[in-house]
Amino acid sequence: MFSSLLLSELRILFSRRRTVALLVALAAIPILIAVAIRLASSPGTGRGPAFLDQVTQNGLFVGVSALVVAIPLFLPLTVGVVAGDTIAGEASHGTLRYLLVAPAGRARLLVVKYLGAAAFCIAAALTVVIAGTLIGAALFPVGPVTVLSGTTIDVGEALLRFLAIAGYVAVSLLGLSAIGLFFSTLTNVPVGAMAATISFSVASQILDALPQTEWLHPWLFSHYWFSFADILRDPVSWASFGDNALLQAGYIAVFGALAFGRFLTKDILA
Amino acid sequence: MLLPGGESSDLAIETHDLTKRFGRQTAVAGIDLAVPRGSVFGFLGPNGSGKTTSIRMMLGLVSPSSGSVRLLGEEMPRRLSEVLPRVGALVEGPAFSPFLSGAANLRRFDSADPLAPPRTRGARVEAALDRVGLGHAASKKVQAYSLGMKQRLGLANTLLMPRELLVLDEPTNGLDPQGTREVRALIRSLADSGTTVFVSSHLLAEIEQICTHVGVMSAGALVATGTLDELRQVGAARVILQTPDAAAARRVLVGLGLALLEATEPDHVVASVAEGVGGDGDGLRPEAIVAALVEAGVRVRGFSVEQPSLEDRFVALTGEGFDVVQ
Repeated sequence: MFSSLLLSELRILFSRRRTVALLVALAAIPILIAVAIRLASSPGTGRGPAFLDQVTQNGLFVGVSALVVAIPLFLPLTVGVVAGDTIAGEASHGTLRYLLVAPAGRARLLVVKYLGAAAFCIAAALTVVIAGTLIGAALFPVGPVTVLSGTTIDVGEALLRFLAIAGYVAVSLLGLSAIGLFFSTLTNVPVGAMAATISFSVASQILDALPQTEWLHPWLFSHYWFSFADILRDPVSWASFGDNALLQAGYIAVFGALAFGRFLTKDILA
Repeated sequence: MLLPGGESSDLAIETHDLTKRFGRQTAVAGIDLAVPRGSVFGFLGPNGSGKTTSIRMMLGLVSPSSGSVRLLGEEMPRRLSEVLPRVGALVEGPAFSPFLSGAANLRRFDSADPLAPPRTRGARVEAALDRVGLGHAASKKVQAYSLGMKQRLGLANTLLMPRELLVLDEPTNGLDPQGTREVRALIRSLADSGTTVFVSSHLLAEIEQICTHVGVMSAGALVATGTLDELRQVGAARVILQTPDAAAARRVLVGLGLALLEATEPDHVVASVAEGVGGDGDGLRPEAIVAALVEAGVRVRGFSVEQPSLEDRFVALTGEGFDVVQ
């Protein structure tokens, strides 16, 4: 049964020590930020990552600040590890052949593996936001949030917005997960697939920063990675979310198709 | 019941001209296997002779360059999802997630089988572990298992559901003599309950004791196949004579149509008989040879007829480098 295999995959993914370590490392980012700001008594100077100077006034901003810090490297790194491991990790343990003769079904296994990676994206974004909100509330005053449009929303509303931001960031990472899944079908060495996936995320961000490749920017999967601030407007601007979701869906379609094309016909020799 | 394909229904595995090429190298060169249902089929050959690649093609892990496979009467890999739940397999050694316990690994593989009922999973895993004597290590992580324990766990994995066919690639690899005996007993008990067992090995001694049928691979080709008795009968029996009158004895034996072989000891004469020599049949009878020798004045101090051993047969079939158990 599909649900049986998916549940088993999720249970194993999230009980695995490596996954837990990745999530702990992500949770450490807001904690480090909050503690560093708390220890430095001087108020924010306005420099540093977005939202950072607002932390001392309102602890709720720790989560978003941590996301800004984590998005360029830490988040893609953890997603690269999990997505790159999907198929190649099974191949390297030799368990791929036993899953396939069980028979898991190649298409079914690929879908389950992708859903596992997607679940990790959600867990990763939530971990940063939740850990940030908790440590922020513990170390700093908490109150109504002044959003980017200048209006103020109450704490409950703000928490909902932060959850929405976590969702936005998780969706942003789905394209990268599909790329990782495809790389993972190409090799029996998980580290190779992980490194290739992470390199792709770095390359995409570099291209996105070069004015010479401006024509390419809207097609880069990292293009909307920092646009989640739109959620903090009043009213919420969903336009970039829609564009981003469409872009990620395109990456899922292309790299998903490549992964299927490769995996469904591949000789399993590992 | 007559299945589509007629006579195929009484074969558990049937391959036709099965071939696999990797680039310029041919790993499996057009093999025609016929494994009868209910048999214990020994798939024998040196390392690198194409056994594992053949098994991978049978199970749909590797697609053939040409040729076809039918498993339990169904075409592979087209009917893979219907056939494989009825097949238990150990392919090229056991493999598990090292960070999970033995029982968790089995539960995982079982949840990948779409026909395995989740409600009985726990009980079936427990029963399979008990059957291979791993009940005590069920909750231990696999990375702490010895090779022998992993091999047993691999066997337990094939027993999670009732199977019509078991494909076991080198099932006693890494087991101590006691474990090897247990695996043999397990295979026998499975065969007695009607399961067809297809077992590959590069160790002749293992195959010989449990198999009803044998196929021999050499350099990617199936060089011999048949029942164990059929394979034994092919090849010449040898006459070994102990006598001080070696020269006279040789003349008599040659006169009877035997071919002389090199003797290892000075007062021995060894010759081979093309026709079967035994107590029965139309061939040359042992007593007739002895009578002829005595008549010629040869002092017969010892006389024996040896059927060719399977080992001789396999060395002859597979050539040098065959990894026979010492």
